[in-house]
Amino acid sequence: MDLLGHLALGFGVALTPINLLYAFIGSVLGTLIGVLPGIGPVATIAMLLPTTYALQPVSALIMLAGIYYGAQYGGSTTSILINMPGESSSVVTCLDGHQMALKGQAGAALTIAALGSFFAGTVATILVACVAVPLSELALKFGPAEYFSLMVLGLIGAVVLAHGSLLKAIAMIILGLLLGIVGTDVNSGVARFAFGVPELTDGIGVVTVAMGLFGFSEIVTNLESTEKRHMVSAKIKGFFLSKEQFRKAWPAVLRGTGLGSILGVLPGGGAMLSSFASYTLEKKIAKDPSEFGRGAIQGVAGPESANNAGAQTSFIPLLTLGIPENAVMALMVGAMTIHNIQPGPQVMTSNPSLFWGLIASMWVGNLMLVVLNLPLIGMWIKLLQVPYRILYPAILLFCAIGVYSINNTSVDILLTVLFGLIGTIFVKLECEPAPLLLGFVLGPMMEENLRRALLLSRGDPTVFFTRPLSLLMLSMAAGLVLLIVLPNFRKTREVAFQEE
Amino acid sequence: MGVVRSPKDFVAGLMFIAIGLGAIVIASNYTLGSAARMGPGYFPRILGILMIALGAILTLRSLRLQGAPLPGWKWRPVIVVLGSVVVFGLIVNFAGLVLSTILLIVMSSAASHEFRPKEALVSGILLAILAVGVFVIGLKLQIGIWPGAR
Repeated sequence: MDLLGHLALGFGVALTPINLLYAFIGSVLGTLIGVLPGIGPVATIAMLLPTTYALQPVSALIMLAGIYYGAQYGGSTTSILINMPGESSSVVTCLDGHQMALKGQAGAALTIAALGSFFAGTVATILVACVAVPLSELALKFGPAEYFSLMVLGLIGAVVLAHGSLLKAIAMIILGLLLGIVGTDVNSGVARFAFGVPELTDGIGVVTVAMGLFGFSEIVTNLESTEKRHMVSAKIKGFFLSKEQFRKAWPAVLRGTGLGSILGVLPGGGAMLSSFASYTLEKKIAKDPSEFGRGAIQGVAGPESANNAGAQTSFIPLLTLGIPENAVMALMVGAMTIHNIQPGPQVMTSNPSLFWGLIASMWVGNLMLVVLNLPLIGMWIKLLQVPYRILYPAILLFCAIGVYSINNTSVDILLTVLFGLIGTIFVKLECEPAPLLLGFVLGPMMEENLRRALLLSRGDPTVFFTRPLSLLMLSMAAGLVLLIVLPNFRKTREVAFQEE
Repeated sequence: MGVVRSPKDFVAGLMFIAIGLGAIVIASNYTLGSAARMGPGYFPRILGILMIALGAILTLRSLRLQGAPLPGWKWRPVIVVLGSVVVFGLIVNFAGLVLSTILLIVMSSAASHEFRPKEALVSGILLAILAVGVFVIGLKLQIGIWPGAR
């Protein structure tokens, strides 16, 4: 089948009423949590994952994906209007978006953010569809040694491109791998690290870990800071761009889309990295860099296109290689596993309607988001007025019910609380939880491929260096680590994230 | 701060060393096997060793590189928020969703410095209705609504 045939199949699935409904629910929820500060896509997806058990797998994935890219739209709204990013990927939008709003150009800023995102979403959808087939074919040729090296590269890449201490991030990956081992070993039947708790012999659920580390610990941390959130309500009018604004904005949209699409595919990439990189790029190539920070429309158009493109292309490694590259994708692995789908290159052939349906739904969801965001903007602003003291108990409740419903056992709730406590300690020690989640999801796969690779080579560890593809990937991983030790790159990395 | 110049890294390093040691000690109960025929204890031991090594580097480095001090720790949000979820987990099985929900909402609201008891109670009742509607009636989850009944 060619590309058009694939897309036709995909739209056939995505446009069924039930899937349209779930794409809509996902987009609305995504926008909602994008608007609300204090709860991000990771915690939300973890919260809603248990409720998707009863759904068809494709509907479940469509909804969860919608939450991720919907959050990119919603996050920009609060950045522009009240100078408060709903999502980390919209932090840079505050810089110029809010300045535009102060100058009375809020409508224009929102329009360019939505249209830029939609354009980027369209391009990214086509890109995902184009590269999926060749990448999956390549991945099908991988043996266990290649897979192991690919995972090493993916994990290392994820921490090098993220912010924070590299050493701690790698330690967090290893801790994640260890947690991933908890449960019954498939080969020997031995229950490992179960501490005699029967519920642990099935392993720890990804929802439990993610909700504790991201959801609970965030609430605790938010409550510790006593500063009051201030609300600035502004009248929004004039959704149309002037000719001058349009002329300045569209090249930035193109550049942001390109940059975001590429960075989204890289391990550790995704929405946040893309938006930061795009802002830096726009500032660098602008004729008059002093405009930035004072309401330059390029500073909104670029990053907003980039974060949406990045959010979508980050599905590429997951769908084609089975390797998640950020915390949201790690949860998508969990979602697929729950529905008995082993993520990897075989999904496309064994389950084509799911694969292409999900891709097509991304475009459908993006279209819905433009409609949801522009005319309904007033409604989202109203929601912002719900005070945090009412909001967070409700979040806690939905988390608790969600975790409980997985196995109908209180043990899971207690485990989640434990991870919440651990997560709070991590925040104090500046240890990022995202690498841990990646390691956690990849742990069992990594062990299995290491075992198989060494079984085939009769215990000879040089197999990872004598197979060319495996060697290439390990060298790239080593190269990335070396790169960060070099002072120059280190400086650039610090600058790229300083705006946060 | 004496010898330790970067307390955050110092504590994190010690934590990683402890976890690595713990992993190795527990994994020593599992068969090691050989590289070609890995037992269940092989991979955990590799990870434990890596963990200790990373933790050691981090700890040693914290003696030389300057870093931020440890932040303060406010106990009220930690205990109240996490504690209310623990209570919910312990009672939901027999107390039913409605009572557990109201209790969770009212208790956890007390963690905020802007706690308003009446508002929390109203919010708890509304959320209990919502939760029953969405989860028990809508999604048909197996959770009892009232005490005792399942």
